[in-house]
Amino acid sequence: MSATEFLRVSDLHAFYGESHVLHGMDFAVRRGEYISLLGRNGAGRTTTLRAILGLTGRRTGSIMLNGREVIGMPSHRIAQLGVGYCPEERGIYASLSCEENLLLPPQVGSGGMSLDDIYAMFPNLKERRYSQGTRLSGGEQQMLAMARILRTGAKLLLLDEISEGLAPVIVQKLGEVIRMLKQHDYTIILVEQNFRFAAPLADRMFIVEHGQVVAEIAQHEINEKQDLLQEYLGV
Amino acid sequence: MTEIFGVPIQALFGQLMLGLVNGSFYAVLSLGLAVIFGMLNIINFAHGALYMAGAMLTWVGLEYLGIGYWWMLLLGPICVGLIGIAIERLMLQWLYKLDHLYGLLLTFGLALMIEGLFRDLYGVAGQPYSIPEELSGAFNLGFMFLPKYRAWVIVASLTVCLFTWYVIEKTRLGAYLRAATENPKLTQAFGINVPLMVMLTYGFGVALAGFAGVLAAPATQISPLMGSNLIIVVFAVVVIGGMGSILGSVLTGLGLGIIEGMIKVFWPEASATVVFMIMAVVLMFRPAGLFGREK
Repeated sequence: MSATEFLRVSDLHAFYGESHVLHGMDFAVRRGEYISLLGRNGAGRTTTLRAILGLTGRRTGSIMLNGREVIGMPSHRIAQLGVGYCPEERGIYASLSCEENLLLPPQVGSGGMSLDDIYAMFPNLKERRYSQGTRLSGGEQQMLAMARILRTGAKLLLLDEISEGLAPVIVQKLGEVIRMLKQHDYTIILVEQNFRFAAPLADRMFIVEHGQVVAEIAQHEINEKQDLLQEYLGV
Repeated sequence: MTEIFGVPIQALFGQLMLGLVNGSFYAVLSLGLAVIFGMLNIINFAHGALYMAGAMLTWVGLEYLGIGYWWMLLLGPICVGLIGIAIERLMLQWLYKLDHLYGLLLTFGLALMIEGLFRDLYGVAGQPYSIPEELSGAFNLGFMFLPKYRAWVIVASLTVCLFTWYVIEKTRLGAYLRAATENPKLTQAFGINVPLMVMLTYGFGVALAGFAGVLAAPATQISPLMGSNLIIVVFAVVVIGGMGSILGSVLTGLGLGIIEGMIKVFWPEASATVVFMIMAVVLMFRPAGLFGREK
């Protein structure tokens, strides 16, 4: 298993200033696997993604990415190892046009999508390429936030609440995108509030509570572990 | 002789040119301050001292090393830029997470030290620097004589400003800069080496001050005090234009230079204070400055 293991997070603690947010996160993701971190607001899911990229305050523990320890690295070095990040707040730049937003993240690996491929997949972005990034609609901004990390050749995608607050047709479109990414062997960690969006696609789901993984549910166990889901997520 | 409001037209155009020259210096200096503030969130009080260093180095280069004006036009900004990079690496980088006030205090202290150093070495008396041969003399425009050096200062300054604007607004590097200014953490998480860009931005910002210093060398008395005399006005220019706006700082710099020049003709007593009066009025109606965005 370790040969195909792409990311292993062990005993990860993370802090924002004085507040201790992650209390020993432990999980591993295999190459090409799609996992979802589920849990309530404030459980530490977003912080986990941010900690992997070195965006929190102090961290301890270990983050092995493709066989390398990255916990001591600055954010840009971690990203350059092939990590793409789609933040919860989307992080679209107001001072950049739609296309400049799309072209901003530098190449971090081979095999990224070309600009034409991206425009074929998201025709709206092509139409609005010269608009200021933050003038796009919420759905378009979310597409943009996803699209810009597909260009870079990143092989590990960290996606934070991508379906949040979006119209059903856009959520459906994002579902299609993720299905396509899965087929193309991307490794994906999805943080989701929306169980129904995450569940049909995820190979495994980790339930996070108080900054720790408290349960793991594989795709085929969803039905038998209904009571766990009920207990932790209320679904 | 033709007169406008009782002022000879030659005097009017003369002052207009002088205003444009001053405005060019304001523009280059406030542009550097704006670029630095945008990226580092630091109000660079050392800017005037580094401008002075650019001029002093130009003089030192000729006096002690025999390096002429044109070479210094290249070497001056590079030297000042390297000093800036050293300042950023050794001191400023530890202050980014703190309040603006700390950066301001540190750079103010540095300004005093740089000024003190040059005072100690060369005294406060102004040093003369002659205009390079190619630029001495004047163009006869028919209605006035335009000294070549003044025309050169305006052209060179505006070219540098335009170049800076182009790089920041129209190129990939500029997109990185804008992104890093707006959201440094996320930009770094995309794999862009933001700390390196911050360092180079400070180096470039102060190199602009050094460039202005070299340009000023043949046009003014070179003295260790020349920076502190100018920088107060430049800060007023930045406040009027709005911190962090590239084009705004250039336009405001030029505009205020012209206004100052015109006031000298029509109401000489007010010429030293007009910039501050404008600043007060602007702050009353647009606290973020003419081109600034409220945060």
